[in-house]
Amino acid sequence: MAEKKDTQVKKVAIICAKASLEDVYASLVLANGAVMEGMEAKIFFTFFGLDAITKKHMKKLHTASVGNPGMRMPGGLPFPTLLGALPGVEAGVSAMMRKQMDDIDVPPVDEFLDMITAGGGEIYACKLAVDMFKLKKEDLSDHVIDIITIGDFYAMAGGEGSQIIFT
Amino acid sequence: MAQKTIAGVNLEVTEDGYLEDSTQWNEEIAKEIAKEEGIELTDKHFEVINFIRENADAGLTIRKVGKSGIVDIKGFYELFPGGPLKIASKIAGIKKPTSCV
Repeated sequence: MAEKKDTQVKKVAIICAKASLEDVYASLVLANGAVMEGMEAKIFFTFFGLDAITKKHMKKLHTASVGNPGMRMPGGLPFPTLLGALPGVEAGVSAMMRKQMDDIDVPPVDEFLDMITAGGGEIYACKLAVDMFKLKKEDLSDHVIDIITIGDFYAMAGGEGSQIIFT
Repeated sequence: MAQKTIAGVNLEVTEDGYLEDSTQWNEEIAKEIAKEEGIELTDKHFEVINFIRENADAGLTIRKVGKSGIVDIKGFYELFPGGPLKIASKIAGIKKPTSCV
């Protein structure tokens, strides 16, 4: 049998297009995990994903309490959709999620970005989405290196052992 | 599991080179493992290594090391380039970290 030879992953280029707490955290955990392993990591935030790097919104990301089949009551029973629709429920659920993550040492979004960039990870914002939401560079986290096109992002995503990941 | 002689001591190590028994660890062993990782240990390295040894059972994360007051996260990456938590744990003679953050 031929010996199996894997090419090691050396670089991840991650695209985050959604603003829900869990989607943003997926991108951040992937990026942070990469730099922790000594790999290169770049994240491209686009469309609603921009919330994660917009100063005004990044500390208040929500997880959906309606239409989210993974959502359960404490104790494991299904979370009633009508309950999830009540005012304040989604904010409460999201606050609880953030607290639970902090308990296992997963930091808030802004601190997570500090960690990723401290390890050499790079943060970019999508030009198309920035234009669409009428944002300016100063509206975005100071960790954002630049506002670039998807073409620019692809141009820096190449090389042996590099992977593009969409969350 | 494998046997390895580090700094004149015969040690049990895992496949990735982590010590099986952290009580066998000493500073000479640390220096030799560090050399294999291409790191020359300074006093600052040892401050971090001691913190890591003291907190080995507390679920170490990069974030915790960053809040240790010894080094910030950027400094931690600079001291142990290419995977600070793993490399520092290996040099500190503790088990391979299982943390994702």
